[in-house]
Amino acid sequence: MNIVVCVKQVPDTWSEKRLNDEDNTLDRAATDPVMNEMDEYAVEEALRIKEMHGGEVTVLCMGPDAATETVRKSLSMGVDKAIHVLDEGLHGSDALATSLVLSAALGTLADSGGFDLVVLGSESSDARMSVVPAMLAERLGLPQLTFAKEVSIDAADGGGGTVTIKRLTDDGYQVIEASLPAVVSVVEKINEPRYPSFKGIMAAKKKPVDTKSLADLGVESADVGLGGAWSAVESFETAPPRQAGTIVTDEGDGASKLAEFLASKKFI
Amino acid sequence: MPATTPSVERQLPSEEAAALLDLTRELVRQELTPKAATYEAESRVPREVFRTLGKAGLLGLPYPEQYGGGGQPFEVYLQVVEELATVWASVAEGVSVHTLACFPLATFGSEQQRERWLPDMIGGELLGAYCLSEPQSGSDAAAMTTKAVRDGDDYVVNGTKAWITHGGEADFYALMCRTSDDGSRGISCLLTPGDTPGLSAGEPEKKMGFKGSTTAQMHFDDARIPADRLMGEEGQGFRIALAALDGGRLGIAACAVGVAQGALDAALAYAKEREQFGRPILEFQGLSFMVADMATQIEAARALYLEAARRRDRGQSFGKQAAMAKLFCSDMAMRVTTDAVQVLGGYGYVEDYPVERFMREAKALQIVEGTNQIQRLVIGRHLAQGT
Ligand SMILES: Cc1cc2nc3c(=O)[nH]c(=O)nc-3n(C[C@H](O)[C@H](O)[C@H](O)COP(=O)(O)OP(=O)(O)OC[C@H]3O[C@@H](n4cnc5c(N)ncnc54)[C@H](O)[C@@H]3O)c2cc1C
Repeated sequence: MNIVVCVKQVPDTWSEKRLNDEDNTLDRAATDPVMNEMDEYAVEEALRIKEMHGGEVTVLCMGPDAATETVRKSLSMGVDKAIHVLDEGLHGSDALATSLVLSAALGTLADSGGFDLVVLGSESSDARMSVVPAMLAERLGLPQLTFAKEVSIDAADGGGGTVTIKRLTDDGYQVIEASLPAVVSVVEKINEPRYPSFKGIMAAKKKPVDTKSLADLGVESADVGLGGAWSAVESFETAPPRQAGTIVTDEGDGASKLAEFLASKKFI
Repeated sequence: MPATTPSVERQLPSEEAAALLDLTRELVRQELTPKAATYEAESRVPREVFRTLGKAGLLGLPYPEQYGGGGQPFEVYLQVVEELATVWASVAEGVSVHTLACFPLATFGSEQQRERWLPDMIGGELLGAYCLSEPQSGSDAAAMTTKAVRDGDDYVVNGTKAWITHGGEADFYALMCRTSDDGSRGISCLLTPGDTPGLSAGEPEKKMGFKGSTTAQMHFDDARIPADRLMGEEGQGFRIALAALDGGRLGIAACAVGVAQGALDAALAYAKEREQFGRPILEFQGLSFMVADMATQIEAARALYLEAARRRDRGQSFGKQAAMAKLFCSDMAMRVTTDAVQVLGGYGYVEDYPVERFMREAKALQIVEGTNQIQRLVIGRHLAQGT
C-alpha cells in the first residue's frame, strides 16, 4: 500500500487572525502556525493502515517555507517521506488552484510506483470549505470517499483492492465502497492521533523531503496564486468588539421582558 | 489551546535535547494540565498518562539506546522530570521512581539479564517500583527484615515492604531483601515480576498530597522469585540500593524545582492581576521582594541539581552533590510553595488554585528517598571522609 496524506499548515485555531492590508490575504506571519488539526487524524489513519497492510506513507504539503514544521511533525509521527510544494507564486491560491497543484504533485509519483490511497482531513481550520478532497478526486479521475469516520482496506495481492468507509452524515452514516486507488477524507471521530515520539523526532531529521516548485510540477503560475484565484477579497473590516449583554432582572415580569427583548431583535 | 512560551530558559547540550523538551512541554500542556487538579482531588491514578509518556519515549530516557532507551544524559532527563512537575508532581515523581526501579538491572544486571528484561522495562508499556522501606525500617534501611531463602532455582520471600510508590500497580519491583543476617552486607536485590504469586498490595495510604500516586505496603507471602532474577551478587543489594538512590535523589530534586517553578508561575501571574489599594499587588515592594526571593531560590536550586547531574554525566562521583541537591531543592520547594500560598492570600488556601496542592506536594519531597535529616547525615559523612 502506498499512501499519500495531504497536510496543510494553518494559523493556530486559538490565535486571533488578521488580514494583510496589501492584498487582503491572511497575515500568516502574525499567528503561530500549526499543522491543521484534522490533518493529524489523516496522518494517523494512514499510519494505521500502513501498520496493518504494510507499504509506505508519503506526506504532501503545499505551503510556504514555514510549513516545513508541519512536514517535520508528520515525519516525526512516523510518515516515511515528504513532498513539499514550495513556490512564491502559490501565495493567495484558492481551493481550485490547491487541488490543481496537489494533483500535479501526485502525478509525479507515477514514476516511483504511484499510490493506492490519498488521505486528507475533511476540512482545514482556516478556510473551512471542505472542497479540496472532492476537487482533487475529480482532477485525478478517482473515486472520492469523504467524511470518513471509519476506513477499512481490502488490499488485493499485487496492487488494487477496495476501500470501504463509514461516511458521517447528519443523522448517521453511509457505507461507501470503491476500488483503489481512491481519495478519502476523514473526520475527527476516526481515531486519536499519536504524539510524535522522541525517537520519531530524531528519525524525522534523516527522512527525505523532496521540495518541488511549480515548474517542477509543470503547473503554469497564471493558474495559481492570487492572480489565478476565481474570487478575490475586495475589502474587509475587523469584527466589532462584542457589546455588553442585557441583564433581565425578574421582578415578576421576567418572562414578558425576555419576550420583548427577543422580539426587539426579531428572534420571535 | 494557545502555545505557551516556557517560563524557564534552559541550557541544553544538544538540538535533540531541545526537541525532547519541546515534546515534553506539549505533553504537559495537552495531557497533564487538563487532568492534574481533578485527578488529585479524586485520588485517581493516571495510568493512561504513563502509557502516553511511555509511547513518547519518556520512560527510559537515561538508559542506552541499545536497549530501547533514550540515551540521554542525566542533565536532560532531569529537566524533563522538572517540566512534568511544574503541573503534576505525582506524574513527575512516578517517572523518577520508574527510572530508579530500572537502575539495578541497567547497572548491575548481567548482559544476559539486561537483554532479556530491560527493553520491556524501559519500552514505555511497563511501570516499575522500588521496594526498600519497611514499616519498622525507614531511615535505617539496613535494618530490614524481609527475608529471601534460596530453595532450588527460586528465592522464597516473606515480609512486608512499606510506602511503595506504584505499589500494587507496578509491573515489576526492584526488591531489597535479606539473604543473610550480616547487616547491610546481608541484603540482596531481586527484580520481582508484579504478578508473582504470594505478592500482594495493602490498602493505599491516605496521604496529604501526591494523591494521584499510589503508595502502599507490599506483602510477600512465600513469594517465589526465580534466582536468575538476582541483580548483581548476593549481599550486594544494599550497595545497589544506595547507588540507585544517588540518581533517585536527583529525580526528587528536579521534582522539587518543578513544583516550586509551578508555584512561582502561578503566584506571579496572580500578583500581576490582583489589585488591592488600587493597584496590582505585585507593585507593593513587600510582595515583589517575596517573589524575587522565590525566583532566586529556584534558580540556585536548579543550578545545584544540574551541576550534580553533570558530574554524574562526566563520570565523576556525585553522591554528596546529589544529597545536597535533594536537601536544598526540597527545602527550597517547601519555602517557595508556602510563600506562593501567601501571595494568593485566601485564594491560595483553596483548591481553586493549584498552589495549596504544590505546598502539600513539596512536603513529601523533604521525606522521600531519605529524609532531609538523612541527607545531612550523608553529606556530613562525605565531609568527614573528605570524599
Ligand atoms: C509519598 C511517599 C512515597 C514513598 N515511596 C517510597 C518508595 O517508593 N520506596 C521506598 O522504599 N520507600 C518509599 N517511601 C518511604 C520513605 O523513603 C521513608 O518514609 C523515609 O525514608 C523515612 O522513613 P520513615 O518514614 O520510616 O521515618 P523514620 O526513619 O522513622 O524517621 C522519623 C524521623 O526521624 C528522623 N531521623 C531518623 N533517623 C535519624 C538520624 N539518624 N538522625 C536524625 N534524624 C533522624 C527522620 O529524619 C524523620 O524526621 C515513601 C514515603 C512517602 C511519604
